[in-house]
Amino acid sequence: MSGTPTSTSTTNPVEDPPPASTPAMTSAATTTLRNIDMLRFATAGSVDDGKSTLIGRLLYDSKAIFEDQLSAVEETSRRMGDEYTNLALLTDGLRAEREQGITIDVAYRYFATPRRKFVIADTPGHIQYTRNMVTGASTADLAIVLVDARKGLVEQSRRHAFLVTLLRVPHLVLAVNKMDLVDWSQARYEELYEEFTAFATKLEIPDLTVIPISALHGDNIVQRSAHMPWYDGSSLVHYLENVHVASDRNLTDVRFPVQYVLRPQSHDVRDYRGYAGQVAGGVLKPGDEVVVLPSGFATRIKSIDTFDGPVEQAYPPMSVVVRLEDELDISRGDLICRPHNQPHVTQDIEARVCWMDEQTKLRPGMKVRVKHTTRQARAVVKDLQYRLDVNSLHRDESASQLQLNEIGRISMRTQQPLFVDDYGRNRATGGFILIDEASNRTVAAGMVVSGA
Amino acid sequence: MPLEPSSVGRRRRKTPVRSHPTVRSRPLPGEEGITRMADGGDYRLSQLDSLEAESIHIMREVVAEMERPCLLFSGGKDSIVMLHLARKAFWPARIPFPVMHVDTGQNFPEVLEFRDRLVRELGVQLIVASVQDAIDRGLVREEPNGSRNRIQTPVLLEAAEKHRFDCLFGGARRDEERARAKERVFSFRDEFGQWDPKNQRPELWSLYNGRVFPGESIRVFPLSNWTELDIWSYIEGHGVALPSIYLAHEREVFQRDGMLYAVNEHCQPKKGEPTLTAVVRYRTVGDATLTAAVESDADTVAKVVAEVAATRVTERGATRGDDKVSEAAMEDRKREGYF
Repeated sequence: MSGTPTSTSTTNPVEDPPPASTPAMTSAATTTLRNIDMLRFATAGSVDDGKSTLIGRLLYDSKAIFEDQLSAVEETSRRMGDEYTNLALLTDGLRAEREQGITIDVAYRYFATPRRKFVIADTPGHIQYTRNMVTGASTADLAIVLVDARKGLVEQSRRHAFLVTLLRVPHLVLAVNKMDLVDWSQARYEELYEEFTAFATKLEIPDLTVIPISALHGDNIVQRSAHMPWYDGSSLVHYLENVHVASDRNLTDVRFPVQYVLRPQSHDVRDYRGYAGQVAGGVLKPGDEVVVLPSGFATRIKSIDTFDGPVEQAYPPMSVVVRLEDELDISRGDLICRPHNQPHVTQDIEARVCWMDEQTKLRPGMKVRVKHTTRQARAVVKDLQYRLDVNSLHRDESASQLQLNEIGRISMRTQQPLFVDDYGRNRATGGFILIDEASNRTVAAGMVVSGA
Repeated sequence: MPLEPSSVGRRRRKTPVRSHPTVRSRPLPGEEGITRMADGGDYRLSQLDSLEAESIHIMREVVAEMERPCLLFSGGKDSIVMLHLARKAFWPARIPFPVMHVDTGQNFPEVLEFRDRLVRELGVQLIVASVQDAIDRGLVREEPNGSRNRIQTPVLLEAAEKHRFDCLFGGARRDEERARAKERVFSFRDEFGQWDPKNQRPELWSLYNGRVFPGESIRVFPLSNWTELDIWSYIEGHGVALPSIYLAHEREVFQRDGMLYAVNEHCQPKKGEPTLTAVVRYRTVGDATLTAAVESDADTVAKVVAEVAATRVTERGATRGDDKVSEAAMEDRKREGYF
């Protein structure tokens, strides 16, 4: 074999090949799970906004809740004297949390409809809120911020919306919950709508949708609510199923961080040298002229390989193996891009950071390890320009440190150059984490700010 | 200046995606276009392809950054899919880490045969950590109910220490159980192999922190975001081979606690538990003493997929006696160093 990958499709399913499947049996699940795409969303709300009830409702109505899970929750509800089954219990994870009635961490939930599979990053609404919200939002295509229709926008609602925009989540849904408790009032909904959109003009929200709901009773969750005929928008699930997210990825700037060099040592495959990685931006095609950073050598893409055979193009978030026309010295942490569209190659990083560690604080002069794409480097924090008050958006330029859950703007000098883009342009090449070398803990999330 | 995303993809929509992903020598019946999005263009990736890409990225990240990884292989469908993904991640090279089976000595024979054939075919090293051997040596004691599930944990930890593995791949999924919904992809374990939910590292984007000091380790779960139905749909779409007991077959069984157990050398009916012959399949493959079968006539993978899509009981709830012990059973086992 000359190094050209041929298909090595796996052999027999199960010991004896099964008879050809009958269309009737394959229809439901195969069309649902194979051809649908995925939407990741984060949920945010204060303690009593009904977030757990909303998630319980979504899981229940989409039949992602199983009978044994439901009966366990019903039993607990009865034991605790609840009047109705407390759907919030479906998502309370750890015993420590149930005993204390709190949620300590981001939990991930899954459900699917015939149109989409959904991954929910369920972030708790109180202590350590910022850290969890930032974590959950980092991979989200969409965020749902819940408000209680009776209470209206509170400080936390504004903070949630700000964090969603800080993390550049492309779509924001404001879910006005507990509409049943304000008599399904159109006037109240419109009041909140106006208030929030006025606030939102201060933020860069690419796409905002406001939906009045009752998570408890299921109004405007799956079906349009009969109680709110004045609302002419989509139900929440209908919106989640149809919101266009495919083009939220950056398909313009080719970015391929080399993750691992494949050089098989075997008699079957000789002289194979491939660069494995996940496409972080743009569309790669065989024959494309490319440049490899940091060396700057130019070459062409010879082929893009996968186990299932070569492909004609690779785009985010595909994991592939790229082979190049020329033998170059390339290793993990290098980056393949196009000659006329390159990231910034720099040791001086300007960034917004969110500090995530209880035990340490960010201070100018401190040394950290930065992990950015597939590259790691040591770095020193040169300067803290300001600390941002996430409630008022006020910049405190006199701040000398950042502690847990605080956000600020820093300058940082790295020992080796990083290949960065502005976080707003590409979340994969603009995001990084900071690691404390003394404890190995992940202490911060960073988002590159680049003027270009 | 934020990117204006809506203009980016749409401009290119006229170029249809014909290529991704698969060129396959032998398509399976009825599976044309399985991984291609129905409407072609737009550079879309189906959710199963996205999951596969994510899992492959995770496995490559481990091999690039960790010293001595190892894959935990139970012979169950999740670990089989995980091994299949490992093969894909490093192809055309071989899987660059060994595979470890914590062997309770109470296996279904079909699963052991399958395991041996698969590791031979893949050319990976198999390490067997024997629970029986650990009992004989006095490391662990047999539990009164005969289940060896709980005592697997010390055996696993001992083997990992002996081989100095700093990373163990596990096939756990977050949809399996509530305690797992908060699990990281890279789950930090202290020098006693223990999991502390309050001492986990935040995980952002796809940046994983696998840095450990000597003695500490990381459990890595590449299938975190897969559901049971995803696993089955993938098995069907990619023709992944499975042990035969996953498909409906005739078997001598008896009822206990509302579940169907197979009669075998490890599991015998007590008085008042009449046996019957039923058509059953397994939804999980664990210890032969406490893994129950479900009545099913799904004798092809496609039928299993349809059945899973319609099912109303979790696979653990339906077939695992050990998780029924208490609401927090899994949480306790995780803390002790189980997956």
